[in-house]
Amino acid sequence: MSITVNGLDFPVPVDTRVSLLDLLREQMHLTGTKIGCNQGACGACTVLLDGSRVLSCLTLAVQADGRSVTTIEGLGTAEALHPLQAAFITHDGFQCGYCTPGQICAAKAMLDEVAAGMPSYLTTNLAADHITLTRDEVRERMSGNLCRCGAHNGIIDAILEVAGAEAKGLEITGGHRS
Amino acid sequence: MNPVTYVRAASIADAVLMGRENDVRLLGGGTNLVDLMRKGVETPSRLVDVTALSERIDQADDGGLVIGAAARNSMVAAHPLVRFRYPMLSRAILAGASAQVRNMATMGGNLMQRTRCMYFNDVTGARCNKRVPGSGCEAIGGFNRYHAILGGSTACIATHPSDMCVALAALDAQVHIAGPDGDRVVPLVAFHRLPGERPDIETLLDPAEIIVAIGIPPSSFARRSAYRKVRDRASYAFALVSVAAGLTMRDGRVDEVRVAFGGIAPKPWRATRIEERLRDVALSASAIQAAFEAEFAEAALLPGNGFKRGLAERTLSAMLVELAGDAQ
Repeated sequence: MSITVNGLDFPVPVDTRVSLLDLLREQMHLTGTKIGCNQGACGACTVLLDGSRVLSCLTLAVQADGRSVTTIEGLGTAEALHPLQAAFITHDGFQCGYCTPGQICAAKAMLDEVAAGMPSYLTTNLAADHITLTRDEVRERMSGNLCRCGAHNGIIDAILEVAGAEAKGLEITGGHRS
Repeated sequence: MNPVTYVRAASIADAVLMGRENDVRLLGGGTNLVDLMRKGVETPSRLVDVTALSERIDQADDGGLVIGAAARNSMVAAHPLVRFRYPMLSRAILAGASAQVRNMATMGGNLMQRTRCMYFNDVTGARCNKRVPGSGCEAIGGFNRYHAILGGSTACIATHPSDMCVALAALDAQVHIAGPDGDRVVPLVAFHRLPGERPDIETLLDPAEIIVAIGIPPSSFARRSAYRKVRDRASYAFALVSVAAGLTMRDGRVDEVRVAFGGIAPKPWRATRIEERLRDVALSASAIQAAFEAEFAEAALLPGNGFKRGLAERTLSAMLVELAGDAQ
């Protein structure tokens, strides 16, 4: 009975009612993952479960038994920013920053979904195996993450920059293109 | 949240056995059930996690598809067999919720999800016949913008929230069920029931039974099919009106047509009257209007939701014209 969080194994809580979100924040003190609505409406609690983005508020910790969780703390650090973190800084992808960890976890998985050819509601040709990541596609694919400061335009700019850099094989670190 | 025990079922037989006890709920992704438990709407004493059951997506012997009940919504929407042969189903799934929710939500759970009627979800603040039979309905005289105009009763006008089920209704999907007394297969359009005087009973599934798979028959119209959803914001909102439609034409006349609506009824609403009236006719504006009026003749329009009738007609009309154009 254990859950792997950012590469380390933790025991599954005895109380089955504990959500994955509360396990991360209250028991493991990984407070990067935020609690917003606690009912699946805002996306602030988004983490990666076996690489897929999920809402940790709607997931019981026991459901993650035997699986691997990645939180914002596992994506980047202040010294070694994830390219998405760097791009969010460059493009002012936040004001208060509360939704940002969820936005970045969601964006990471979203870019993986695009690379795997997974369609969205806006994908015109469902038979195509290549996704062209337009601005509207990003908006649709990120619609599960709300930003009440209204930084969505900066968030989309940041994601598109990283998507473009990934497509070109470039690397972005520390807010500067290398 | 009440104390609850948690077990994982390793097989269908396991799940049926574990599900026989009182106050058990089968747990798929949990995207609806966990929320309802937190709100006190659902108070099970035991959860049986059924996500280890089949999540396979296979071609059936008849050329259709069989999708395991534990398949995640996102995997079904992205599967090549679904995308190429049943684009309406992919589109409907992708119209629902967000990527995070679709990654967790299962096929079986999607069928079993409960209404998002705000009165149903408000345990301490509202009466609700679906939650507490006989206690009353606050939606009928209250805020009913999101409520049903067809199929409701004097006890309940809550809508079924699924997008996916609307496409499944149009596609003649079958629900494969296992239980202590054996297996059975029922059409999806018969799986959900109308509220009548017992809105708390939402499906024909016996409490000891479990959904094991969804079957979709081969279809001549599915490749030329579409799903359109109208909502209060562009994404991540439940439908005001949604339409799943498929159409084939022959010699300028309608050959096959399938229509189902979401957001307007307590169950995915297969519009058989529209289909009957449009078959073998030329697709004119007046023919579409007459067919629509036959389907919606008994619509019960309230101050908050009366707009849905016109919205449904315009959405259907636009889709059929578009599909007919593609079909020429």
